[in-house]
This record gives sequence, structure tokens and C-alpha cells, in this order.
Amino acid sequence: MSQSHVIIIGGGIVGTACAQRLAATGWRVTLIERDTIGSGATAAGMGQVVALDDSPAEFALTADSQRRWHALGQANPLVHEYTPCGTIWVASDDEELAMAAAKVANYHAAGLHAELLDAAALYRHEPNLRPGLPGGLRIAGDAVVYPSRSADWLWQQTGGTLIHAQVSAIQAGGVTLADGRHLSADAVVLATGSRARDLVPALPIRPKKGHLVITDRYPGFIHHQVAEMGYVKNAHLADVDSVAFNVQPRATGQILIGSCRQYDIHTPEVDPVMLGQMLQRCLEFMPALANLSSLRVWTGYRAATPDGQPLIGPHPQQPGLWLATGHEGLGITTSLGTADLLAALMNHTTPAIDPTPYLPSRFFPAT
Amino acid sequence: MATITLFINNHPYTCDAGNSVAGAIAQAHQQLVTTRQSVHGMPRTAVCGMGICFECRVTINGVAHQLACQTLVAAGMQVTYGEAADA
Repeated sequence: MSQSHVIIIGGGIVGTACAQRLAATGWRVTLIERDTIGSGATAAGMGQVVALDDSPAEFALTADSQRRWHALGQANPLVHEYTPCGTIWVASDDEELAMAAAKVANYHAAGLHAELLDAAALYRHEPNLRPGLPGGLRIAGDAVVYPSRSADWLWQQTGGTLIHAQVSAIQAGGVTLADGRHLSADAVVLATGSRARDLVPALPIRPKKGHLVITDRYPGFIHHQVAEMGYVKNAHLADVDSVAFNVQPRATGQILIGSCRQYDIHTPEVDPVMLGQMLQRCLEFMPALANLSSLRVWTGYRAATPDGQPLIGPHPQQPGLWLATGHEGLGITTSLGTADLLAALMNHTTPAIDPTPYLPSRFFPAT
Repeated sequence: MATITLFINNHPYTCDAGNSVAGAIAQAHQQLVTTRQSVHGMPRTAVCGMGICFECRVTINGVAHQLACQTLVAAGMQVTYGEAADA
């Protein structure tokens, strides 16, 4: 029996994770990437692996993915620069500390580690936080990876064919490249992140621009990913420009500083006003950041959907087209869970978690 | 010209005010010294003297990665590098 053939468009972390799962379950894989594997949003982001409990759907996918990264990272820590540093969510006031206490129960119910920190414990873990904070929430199972290298490694596992090209159109049964070539396949997976609408204009995806700063090497300045508890409130739900304190220790001792979100900005230039607001927010939580020298600032685009959940599954109106996009700021984390869901749906097997909240059909009227 | 005393790897050194830290280090040793090591352990020292090459980074008053060539000496300043900075 001949193998089924899938074309995956987009060699970021999501596309390569899907390639790896599909190859492992018997598909012949062709990957089409316009730049290099692991460029785009995969290279622009922080490389965070975080379990977030802000909605049941987000929690199911991030918790499942956190476990998968742990297994992958433990098996190949050097390849992925897997650093199980955990996350500390900093509470700004007693109200947020009470929220943190409620979250501990939520994580425990899902079988994940979570620990409420009082002020003394918070400063023992992260002494560079500003004085006067009431405490926080520590999620020890969270980690940091180097996503571009992971994407490359995932692709290496497939034995598939890589084509460096731009896709100009998707048709039933294949794709057309910008140079006029036509490639046929049994299935096409679209995994081009914020650019998904270039090929399927009706998708409910908006690019959300972000800035990141990386510093020189300061080993021991922070020990965890440290973010404000208001991060999700400030970052994910708001429909306006927003900034949130979010810093991350890299394996080199460098520190990534984020984050900000801007809708409907389509040029990649660094915006000094936005950058200033972002850094100001970070200094409010960690004033000693002002003593560090930064090496580089860059921008990237997240693929945002109206309900904050990704699009994983069949396109309801284009038979043979499968979607794996819309991962907003969580694409590194959720890439592995996404790949399991997509491969199970394509193989008619049972996925590890319920795929319903992520199905693209939720945005298309029933016909 | 007025002089000041700073501390270079915990040793007092008196030099003219208005010197750069990189200049004070060079005067104090009268030879090229390794002020830092690259990621792969290669020796580095001040090269360009004008804030471009970033090879003269030292720890000044406890803050790492300061450019010695772009920082003026000051009375009581603590300049550390090499093993002294790691301690």
C-alpha cells in the first residue's frame, strides 16, 4: 500500500511538530518553507513552555504540551536547550495573591505542581524584584527551550522532503508554488502563523506585533521566568495595545525582556514609544534591570484569534485542507499538543485531549 | 591635575581624574591585561578605546558588563574583572 502524502506549509515550530507526528504515524511528508526552518515567529518569540489555567481549553492544551516538552527536553536537553526553570507569576496586590491561591487548587486538580509563595518566599527565589510585593505563584514544571533548534530537530526526525519556496495557492489535492509548479498531496496542512490569511483570506487571524529585548550575560540575575499575574489580563484579552512585565533567563545567562502587543501594525520596525512603555513596565517590577546592558531589540508577529484559542483541525469548507495556526503567544508551548491533536484527527485515532475547543469549524456558520 | 584613588581588583590605584577606567587599568599594569573572557574562554582586552568593540567590559561598583573605555574614573570606584569579578 502506498503511503499517504501530506504537504505542510510553514516550517515553524508548529509545522515541524506536525511533520514529526505525521511522519511517525506513517505519512510521507513534504514541508514547504519560504525562509529557513524555525525562522518567523518561532525565532522571534521567547521560547517559553508554560501551563496556563486561564480557560479550560487553554489549560488542557498547555498542560498536555508542557508534559510533552518535559519528555522531549529530558531526552535531549542539549538539542533543545531545555531548562526546567519554572515560572513565577508575581502578584501586585492582595487581590492578585488571592487569585494565585485559587490557581494552586486548579493546577493540583490537573496533576501539575503549583506553589503559593508568600513575600519571603518570593524574594528568596527572585531577590531582584522590587520591594513591597505580597507574593506570587510558582509553577515548577514550566521551562525554557530554544525553539528554532527544536524546530530543526523535529524536522530532522521526519525523513521528509523540504522545499524552499513560496506557496501562491492551495487547491483541492495540492498546492501551486509561486514559480508555477504544482504539487499534489492527499492532505495539505497550513501552519504559517500570522500569515495564514495570505492563502486562506477568510480565516479569523490577526497579526499581533510584539517587541523583545535581549541583554548581555548576567548569570543568576533571575532564576525563573518571571511575569506579572496581570499578564493574561493585560496581554491576551485586551483588544488595544498593551504591555506586561515578562522576563526570562536564557541558558547563556542572557535575559529576554518582554512583552508588548499591538494589533494591526504591519511593519516590522522597532517602535521606540512601545519599547519604552514595555521597558518602563518591566522596571516597575524589577528596577535593577536598568543596570543591565541590552544587545538587541527585535519584533515578531503572533497569530491571534477572536477567542484566544488556536485553529487545529479540518477547514470546514475546503476538503483536504487542515489548519494548525492561531497560537497567539503560546505557539512554542502548544506546538507539541497541537501536533498530537492534528495527527489524531487526520488519522481518525483518539487524541490525548478533547479537540472540540480548537476546531476551526467554531468560526464557520453551520451549512 | 587633581588625582583620585580607585580600586582595581581590590588594589588601590591613584591616577589623574579624567582618566578612563580602561586607561587606569593599562597604567596600573603597564602591560596588556585580560579584562574578560569570551564565551569559549578566549582572552579579551580593550581594543578600540571608543565604545564600539565591547571588549573592555568590566564590573564597576558591582554592575557587570560596563565599558571601561567609556567610563571615567571616580574616587572610591570599585573595578573588578577576571576571577575578582566572579568572586
